[in-house]
Amino acid sequence: MNAPLAQYLIFSALLFTVGFAGALVRRNAILALVGIEIMLNAANLNFIAFWRFGPHPEALTGVMFVIFSIAVAAAEAAVGLALVIAIYRHRRTAQAPQFNSLRG
Amino acid sequence: MDFIVKYIWGAPLMPLAAAGVTALLPRARRRWAAGLAIGSMAFSFLLSLAAFTATLSHAGHAARATLNFRWFDFGASSVQLGFVIDPLSAVMLVMVTFVSLLVFIYSVGYMAHDENFTRFFCFLALFASAMLGLILANSLLLFFMCWELVGLASYLLIGFWYRKPAAAAAAKKAFITTRLGDLGFLLGILLLYARAGTLLFYDAGHGCLEQAAITRLLTQGLMGGLAVSTVISLLIFCGAIGKSGQVPLHVWLPDAMEGPTPVSALIHAATMVAAGVFLVARMYPLMSATLLPGTPSAALQVVTWIGALTAVFGASLAVAQNDIKRILAYSTVSQLGYMMMGLGVGGVAVGMFHLLCHAFFKALLFLGAGSVIHGCAEEQDIRQMGGLSKTMPVTFVAYAIGMLSLSGVPLLFSGFWSKDAILHAARHWPISQTPFLLGLIGAVLTAFYMTRQVSLVFLGATRSEAAGQAHESPLVMTVPLMLLAACSVLAGFVGTPAWPWFDSYLLGENATFDLARFSLDHQLSLMFLSTGLVAGAIGCGAWLYARRRASDPAEINLLIRKFYIDEFYAATVLRLNACFAQLSDWLDRVLWQGVTHALAACVQFLALVDRGADDLLINGGFDRATDLLRAGGGLASRGQNGQIQRYFRVLGFVVAVIAALLIWEVS
Repeated sequence: MNAPLAQYLIFSALLFTVGFAGALVRRNAILALVGIEIMLNAANLNFIAFWRFGPHPEALTGVMFVIFSIAVAAAEAAVGLALVIAIYRHRRTAQAPQFNSLRG
Repeated sequence: MDFIVKYIWGAPLMPLAAAGVTALLPRARRRWAAGLAIGSMAFSFLLSLAAFTATLSHAGHAARATLNFRWFDFGASSVQLGFVIDPLSAVMLVMVTFVSLLVFIYSVGYMAHDENFTRFFCFLALFASAMLGLILANSLLLFFMCWELVGLASYLLIGFWYRKPAAAAAAKKAFITTRLGDLGFLLGILLLYARAGTLLFYDAGHGCLEQAAITRLLTQGLMGGLAVSTVISLLIFCGAIGKSGQVPLHVWLPDAMEGPTPVSALIHAATMVAAGVFLVARMYPLMSATLLPGTPSAALQVVTWIGALTAVFGASLAVAQNDIKRILAYSTVSQLGYMMMGLGVGGVAVGMFHLLCHAFFKALLFLGAGSVIHGCAEEQDIRQMGGLSKTMPVTFVAYAIGMLSLSGVPLLFSGFWSKDAILHAARHWPISQTPFLLGLIGAVLTAFYMTRQVSLVFLGATRSEAAGQAHESPLVMTVPLMLLAACSVLAGFVGTPAWPWFDSYLLGENATFDLARFSLDHQLSLMFLSTGLVAGAIGCGAWLYARRRASDPAEINLLIRKFYIDEFYAATVLRLNACFAQLSDWLDRVLWQGVTHALAACVQFLALVDRGADDLLINGGFDRATDLLRAGGGLASRGQNGQIQRYFRVLGFVVAVIAALLIWEVS
């Protein structure tokens, strides 16, 4: 309970790195989205940590930010999944490297 | 008078409207075409009669009514046109509309088998309209316009059967020859306008034929030794020479017989060729103007000499012709000469009286000839005819009346009175007696060739199959003949020495009847002389031709070749023309073609330079620029490969670099 701020930040950085690596290397588009959600949650953890160790922990601003952020993330995930499903219907695949019709 | 002159434009306008409508009709509407032309002509005839009666009830200068209007302005001056009704135009109006009406009706029969019937009536109506406009014109400009229009109608109608090469050539010859005279006419008009300032004939004291203008023209000094009025008169007379077939421009009139016979009767005998005579009569105040009272003016002397020469010339050529229409054509040339001579020696009344009588009997003769040609299956050679008096009695009687009139057989026939008036005036001409002698010779020749023609055509034995099968023409053709025959006889009685009604009418006086005038001025002895000569000529002709002989004494080579006039023109005028043509052809080939080619080469060289610049500079520059742009685009598009995770990687890399930079900045 009395862990210092640095531990939280290190954990958050690790979580972000894991999410980023997942988003970069997974060929499946859904799993890449999962990686992105993990990166988002790492950022949320930073909000909470900075709020908890900030000068006004009684003001609940960090929690407010995170709840908004989660709501936006949910909407974004819904759009992302809908796009993936729509592409899957046309292409019969969810592999991100094959989504290349926007190439120049 | 003032009332009728306001509406007289209807006379030329109605046939013009008929011509316009007929021109739009389909070819098959033959009845419409004929009906329109004849109807409009009948209307014009009635209007002319109204105008004529109006002039009868006025005497002297009151018998002249004019209607002038402005056509257009240029600068400060304006061009005016107008109509005039006076005894001169009224009598011409009645004659022209009457003869036209009869010829139109006759044409219905004569042209019945022609496929271009509607076109024929369109042209005829156009001609009639222009002719009436010419007669009514009170402005030399309007006169000239109508003058050219009748020339055009004449051209169209001579060349009516244009598929026949001779007809096409004759039409061209007529048009070009008369144009030669019209050149002089036009110069005369310009000179008159320059010197008198107006082209109106009568304009309440300001017209060019009224005393003030004529005095001015007479006293305006000399041009090449002649008074200005004389120069203008002679130039205008050039037009009359061309149109009225006077020597030396008579060559077109005999060839004009290639047209249909009603055309020959109407245009080339009765009306259009007489327009030249009418022109001289109209311009008479100017023509006769002279500074020395008592002597004929120089212009009238020229008119007299040309007329007298033409009278003998035409008559002598008519003797040796074998084509029934060509004989009449040369006879017309000769009679037109008489009219000119009459105008020159005796004044307007003498010339116009012969014009009037001649119109009736020459139209009669031509229509009679048309009837003969129609009956003999288009045969025109009188040597192939003969004995037609039995098969075509009506035509024969009418033709004989025309022939007796033309020959000048005394008392009953109009030609006698009119020709005798001319001879009588010539006898008392103060300058010379030669025109009188020429006139007598012409009269003898006229009687001789007409006797020859009638004998060969109507008397004796039939000499060909076509003449043997001849038939009388239908009523639509013979009725106009009878009417014209009646006129040929009656017209003479209005101008006898005892009752010179025509003379008085033109001068605006009252005619009186006085038998004693026969004995004045050797009138009677001259009549006996001419009667004797005519009787001798007719007797001689009858003796020679009524019984057929082996050879024709009239076949003199000089006459058959028409005094070699055509050959003379071919050797001079046409040769000169050909030389000019050759010269300009050579210039064209060598000089102008060289210049043109050099210019073309210059332009081609410039074009080549232009094209090179275009290819190398503009096209090349643009090509390079677009190539570069495209290469740049290709390079830039290499990064956008559609791999979303590649973008993500780049994004991450960039963020890492920025973060590193920030950390390095801070520390």
